[in-house]
Amino acid sequence: MLTVLLSTLAALVLLALAAPWLAGRAPASALVHGGSAAAGAVFALLGLWALAAGPSEAMDLPFGTSFGPLGVALDGLSAWFLLLLGIAALCASLFGLAHEARAPARVLVAYPLFLAGMALTLVAADGVTLLLGFEAMSLASWVLVAHDHGNAGNRRAAQLYLVFAALAAVCLVPALGLLAGPGGDLSFAAIRESPPQGWQAALILALVVAGAGAKAGLVPLHAWLPLAHPAAPSHVSALMSAAMTKVALYVAARLLLDLGGPAQPVWWGVPLVALGAASAVLGALRANLEDEGKTLLACSTIENVGLVAVGLGLAACFRAADLGALAALAAGAALLHALNHAVFKTLLFLGMGEVAHGAASRRLDRLGGLIHPMPWTAACVLVGACAAASLPPLSGFAGEWLLLQALIAAWRVGDLTVQMLVLVATAMVALAAAMAAAAMVRMFGLIFLGRPRTPRAAGGHDGPLLSRMSLLVPAVLTVLLGLLPGPMLALGAEAQRLLTGEAMEGRAGFAVVAVGDGAAAYWPVGAALLLAVALLAVWALVKRPAASEPDRGPAWDCGFAAAPQHLPFGDPLTQPSAAGMGQPLRRMLGNPMLSVTESVTMPEPGTTAPARIEMGFRDPSFALLLAPLAALRDAVVIRTERLRDLSIRQCLMLPFAALVALLVLIAWLEGGA
Amino acid sequence: MSAVAAVFTQMLHLALVLAAAPLVVGGVRWLKARMMGRIGPHPLQPWRDLLKLLRKRPVMADNASWISRAAPYLAVAAVVAALALVPSFSRAMLFAPLSDLLLIAGLLALGRVALALAGMDVGTAFGGLGAAREMSFAALAEPALLLVALTFAILAGTTGLEAIAATFQDGAVGLRVSLALALIALCAVAVAENARIPVDNPATHLELTMVHEAMILESSGRHLALWEAAAALQLTLWLALIVAVFLPFGTAPAGFAPLGWMLGLVAWVAKMALLCFVLAFFESAIAKMRVFRVPEFLGVALLLGLLGAILLFVSTRLA
Repeated sequence: MLTVLLSTLAALVLLALAAPWLAGRAPASALVHGGSAAAGAVFALLGLWALAAGPSEAMDLPFGTSFGPLGVALDGLSAWFLLLLGIAALCASLFGLAHEARAPARVLVAYPLFLAGMALTLVAADGVTLLLGFEAMSLASWVLVAHDHGNAGNRRAAQLYLVFAALAAVCLVPALGLLAGPGGDLSFAAIRESPPQGWQAALILALVVAGAGAKAGLVPLHAWLPLAHPAAPSHVSALMSAAMTKVALYVAARLLLDLGGPAQPVWWGVPLVALGAASAVLGALRANLEDEGKTLLACSTIENVGLVAVGLGLAACFRAADLGALAALAAGAALLHALNHAVFKTLLFLGMGEVAHGAASRRLDRLGGLIHPMPWTAACVLVGACAAASLPPLSGFAGEWLLLQALIAAWRVGDLTVQMLVLVATAMVALAAAMAAAAMVRMFGLIFLGRPRTPRAAGGHDGPLLSRMSLLVPAVLTVLLGLLPGPMLALGAEAQRLLTGEAMEGRAGFAVVAVGDGAAAYWPVGAALLLAVALLAVWALVKRPAASEPDRGPAWDCGFAAAPQHLPFGDPLTQPSAAGMGQPLRRMLGNPMLSVTESVTMPEPGTTAPARIEMGFRDPSFALLLAPLAALRDAVVIRTERLRDLSIRQCLMLPFAALVALLVLIAWLEGGA
Repeated sequence: MSAVAAVFTQMLHLALVLAAAPLVVGGVRWLKARMMGRIGPHPLQPWRDLLKLLRKRPVMADNASWISRAAPYLAVAAVVAALALVPSFSRAMLFAPLSDLLLIAGLLALGRVALALAGMDVGTAFGGLGAAREMSFAALAEPALLLVALTFAILAGTTGLEAIAATFQDGAVGLRVSLALALIALCAVAVAENARIPVDNPATHLELTMVHEAMILESSGRHLALWEAAAALQLTLWLALIVAVFLPFGTAPAGFAPLGWMLGLVAWVAKMALLCFVLAFFESAIAKMRVFRVPEFLGVALLLGLLGAILLFVSTRLA
């Protein structure tokens, strides 16, 4: 099994190496994207197989480093995330195959490397392999973000992205070092033997939350996501949003819950719960205010990453409080929501790419009415949007149902502080879920419903068969995952056991998912059947008295006069705009979270100038985190510049002082040991 | 025998609530008119309107898509499915195992999204305005509802509506301040979700403040009938939900109990009539608030939910 996996990884690297020579010739893109699609299919099948058949033996790569051999293994947790990566990669590569025939060489080189890096991170069995994969993933995706570097905005996005990638590495390297301890054995099996304690544990928690959180887009390290995702090509942003953030969450789950998790106190999960809830609310609110399709989806990703983080944090809290069954529930919720989000977010990003290809814009204010010229895309995106709005019986609801049940049961932890925190987190998660529904209605309504806002939007068209398939596959999976959360949870039992020591066995049946004995239960198939029967009954009842087809006429629109001849799609100003749709939530919740500004300029009486309303908002992470950091960087640079002016004596003093300081440190450490 | 009883009570329950829904709307309207010193339309008027509209051919805008045609059916189906899960006169109905508060909230959200999408389908100013407001109000109502569900779950050990109602009927929970706070919060959420006064005025048309009516301006004929039915069913659902949780006495036990069913039916009708009267009185006594004050109204509901849960935490600690 691992041999197949490693050969697939090698094939991806070879593909990347071959791409520069092939680039410029016609089949280069087809080869790279087709190969990546095949690799994605292999990943998904291997993941599924490993979940069904159980973990495989660990294996060492045929080459090692001075830190020891490079090992890979495929246990339940790795297999779960590999499945998720495979599905996203398959769909994204199919879309690339259909639309990116003229992709430049830098995309063709970086794309397979990006995939290989993510897969290597997931199957790593020791710290060095994990870091190798993680950094390959970061670098390759940076190239993809920067691919269109002629645009100044993209350059800025890529720069910010690189800074956050570096931050992730700066945090994860010492975290792994601390986990390995003085022995320095970086293999996961050795780390699991001696979990960290005391101040090391606290430091590891902070470093991993910062490192993995920076890559996953957890508040307050989310600033890069809404900038970087729109800069990359559509299928790459799908992969980044659906898979890469999940790989970062996998790293957090692996390091914090699996390797460092046992024998930790209750507060071990608290940072993840708090930051996750904050991410969920901030992401969902921003998704309601953005007017660019992919930025909106990136903000929705921040929200969903937050939800998964809440689940992971709860699992850690429950485990520490000896509530094994609830811990498995929370872990199952996090894993299930990660998978569901990966599938429906792939669908939404690819749908947005399809819109950008078919109607030549991603700005909500330049689209509209696309359901008529693009029926396939509209139907598939509707499925994804409903799942993202967590409507039953689709996949998003199943994950959020489990997560909310875990939150509702969290008062059993017993610690009053945790109870209060979780109470607020419950309200925040519910708020985020409802705001996500508002954001999805706004997105779908503005893009696909109503009248075209530009002539170009009226001339949109569906993509070729291949790209329709790339939308249809995740749409069907979204429905299936929504109906079958029980079997999926049963498949992921091994992953839950790795994270919490227990699994949802006996509580996740084919048709029902139960919280516990006598506690709440969710019957997705039953709910779907009930809904379907109700739909059929209503249809049959209503059809009989009036079987006539509806008449067509001009829109009533409260008796508004029809628009003049030169406006074939009506007056664009009488249609809701992206800013208008976001107005109620901006007014209700925009301050102080996003420091919303609104200024109305009224013309002087008697003049014919138009009245203007200007609106804007600022993400707090720029003002509170990035701006002070930039100021600090400038100050440090100015100070270090002074080193250039030192005399020779002072220059010699520096290494000497450093030497003495190091000797003192060694003496102190030896004395302490 | 109990299986037959479960199927029978479920069927009877569905027929009952379907028949009662327009009557609830008509009854509240009639009561309000009487309180204001008017004669008011007959309580059966919504039924007559529905039957009239069902016979009419709908007229759709030229650029309306299949969303406009499918959404009313989906909205009614979602509310009917949710209503099938709320117990009325008897315990242990066929769908009792499915009846979960979160699922009911999800089904209501499904109906809401269908309504909002239908409102945006034609691309009129009012439709988008109503959709934006409806979704935003729901965003604030949802956390309050969740906290109420959390309070119930702490007391009853589950979010299953059947078990919550049974626990409260046993009386083992007793009178609690938390439950009173939860009741107020739930009522506020119900008022907002059903677009009643003071959040929205169900009697207005074509005012800048309206929410629900703005989204169905383009509907006509049987589509309009379905939207009206969905609104009536939703009002019935919320009243039935409050009855099931807070006024559970008189409900027939599980199993074959014709006498208990009769009693339960009478008790349920009486309780629903009482709630209709309270709603009519409340709506007659206060004025509609400005649309930008709705967040404060729902924020109070959220705070009451929080307070109820915190009181429960503290009291379980003391006990």
